[in-house]
Amino acid sequence: MSTKDKATVGEDQHGIESEDTETVGKPLLAAEKSRMTCRNVFVYYGEKMAIDNISLDIGKNEVLSMIGPSGCGKSTFLRCLNRMNDTIDICRVDGDIKLDNQDIYDQKLDVVPLRARVGMVFQKPNPFPKSIYDNIAYGPRIHGMVDSKTDTDEVVETSLKRAGLWEEVKDRLDAPGTGLSGGQQQRLCIARAIAVNPEVILMDEPCSALDPIATAKIEELIDELREEFTIAIVTHSMQQAARVSQRTAYFHMGKLIEVGKTNKIFTMPSHQLTEDYITGRFG
Amino acid sequence: MSNKQDRKSVAAAVEKGLARRKAKEKRFQRAGLAAVITALMMLAVLLISIVSTGMPAFTQTALKLDFHYDESLLPAGQTLNEETIRAMDFHGLVKKTLREKFPQVKKRKDKKALYKMVSNGTPYILRDMLMEDHALLGQIKSIWVLADDEVDSIFKGSKTIADSRLTEAQYGWVTQLVAEERVMTRFNWTFFQNGDSREPEQSGIRGAIMGSLFVIIVTLALSFPMGVAAAIYLEEFARPGRLNDLIEININNLAAVPSIVFGLLGLAVYINFMGMPRSAPLVAGLVLTLMTLPTIIIASRAALKSVPPSIREAALGMGASKMQMVFHHVLPLAMPGMLTGSIIGMAQALGETAPLLMIGMIAFIVDIPQGLLDPATVLPVQIYLWADVPEAAFRERTAAAIMVLLAFLVVMNLLAVWLRKKFEKRW
Repeated sequence: MSTKDKATVGEDQHGIESEDTETVGKPLLAAEKSRMTCRNVFVYYGEKMAIDNISLDIGKNEVLSMIGPSGCGKSTFLRCLNRMNDTIDICRVDGDIKLDNQDIYDQKLDVVPLRARVGMVFQKPNPFPKSIYDNIAYGPRIHGMVDSKTDTDEVVETSLKRAGLWEEVKDRLDAPGTGLSGGQQQRLCIARAIAVNPEVILMDEPCSALDPIATAKIEELIDELREEFTIAIVTHSMQQAARVSQRTAYFHMGKLIEVGKTNKIFTMPSHQLTEDYITGRFG
Repeated sequence: MSNKQDRKSVAAAVEKGLARRKAKEKRFQRAGLAAVITALMMLAVLLISIVSTGMPAFTQTALKLDFHYDESLLPAGQTLNEETIRAMDFHGLVKKTLREKFPQVKKRKDKKALYKMVSNGTPYILRDMLMEDHALLGQIKSIWVLADDEVDSIFKGSKTIADSRLTEAQYGWVTQLVAEERVMTRFNWTFFQNGDSREPEQSGIRGAIMGSLFVIIVTLALSFPMGVAAAIYLEEFARPGRLNDLIEININNLAAVPSIVFGLLGLAVYINFMGMPRSAPLVAGLVLTLMTLPTIIIASRAALKSVPPSIREAALGMGASKMQMVFHHVLPLAMPGMLTGSIIGMAQALGETAPLLMIGMIAFIVDIPQGLLDPATVLPVQIYLWADVPEAAFRERTAAAIMVLLAFLVVMNLLAVWLRKKFEKRW
């Protein structure tokens, strides 16, 4: 697969040669290891192609980080994984994305249960303007996962504990979620996402609005959550990708350039573009 | 160094321009302040003129007369009941009482002038009192009765004798009553208890207030749910496209249609085609609903638009359906804006006159409406009607009715502010 080792690239413009469309590295996993499989995915915003033929697997209990310069399509790709792009009218997704061998773009499949299975944490902490308790309880309630107050209490407590927020907020569960600090808000959002017990959690630059201490807490949390969930994280911070993920995918102008074990990508990138990006020559 | 030289000259140029910039800013500020002051002064002039004209209408002059419910009122052999009371000559009783009070009046012409001193509604008041208390028959009762509007105006000082229609003799009788402490000014309850009347002293705005209330209830009950539902559909569910754009343009245009056109529409559709009654609050409410809908839809759409997309994404990301997203998260946040828009629309509807003239609300209606189908009038139309009447006492009442209408509008706006504060959520 990776016969074309180092693609020739112009000095200044880091464009991609037309024939250079094949992904370097190991985007695909063995069937029993993968949670989500994506094959030949194209995404268009109106006429503009945002994702150009990407095939990539996300393994069970792994953290996959997606890096790349702004506008490279990594967030767009992430949002395909729980069909959040459906909300954008001009957006069209082609290709094959499966969760546990089930086509998530199947006409018959409803997005509501899909999003219960594939949760999402956004760039900017976006707790609902409700109490901390209601923020966590919202998902289980709308999906009918809880029947009684005691059930709900339990879900709220375990979710907050798993998100490492319980000790900080247990005395003020009725306080508005929006009154927490930025880092706490983001952990609240993570707790909210895991309250419905999803299989996959998508994180779109979850720490870009946070200070280093809050970031460290979230990263620690991501590492713990890996035991139970599959996590795909988009990040601008290469250090973060290196710290939290097992595999890293490098995107460039809508194409998936290179995928591999994180330590390999950061120490011995195979593709010239990847090397240029991680050594800080652009991006 | 040339570089330093350059910097100096730049600084000098900036310095030079600075004075001009500051002067410009000052001029602009002064112009703005002048505009604000002019607007405030005009508002003050308006309010002062309305209040000073309208204040006298809130008090009313009453005369104390001793009425003798003579047994002779009841024809011999008849018993006292509703029917016989109705047949009694209370007009005669009033005239007789006045003649006895002023025995010096002899001439027929003078007597006529004398009878005009009290409100010509007095006989009915006497009748109603006897209806209520049959034991009054045969007794002499001191009753405060309303003075005629000319007497009222003189006594309250809103007119001088020179421009009053009161004759010299009538004025003399008033002074005599004043000397006997049989004249007083009291709060004008009549104004808030009665419907319209040809006689200023008996006229009130109760009918118009009730009419306005019914109309507003109909308008609110129809236009708020329809407007909000339409806004939610257009903003959240409708697929953007030609049709949606066309609808939006039409709604915006509807908001700018002169209101009288809606009145004509109401006349043609509701009254002529559907056969609804004229002058009915129901029809008025339907017409004003048409007029208010665009305002509410536009305000509600703006409120929905202003809800940050991050909340929508959060809800959708949790697996909420579109409807759950709208009703659990977007709507509560958009509510304050929607309520404000709706109340402003309601205030507009409350002050609307032109379309209601077309559906017959301009009729002279004495009875206070009891339901949505009773003939009624509304406050602004009442103001329009009174402003057209020559009697000076109606001029006062026009201004007083304007004050009541303004009070309603202020209350509604305060309600809007309060609701917005109450429902507003911080994030």
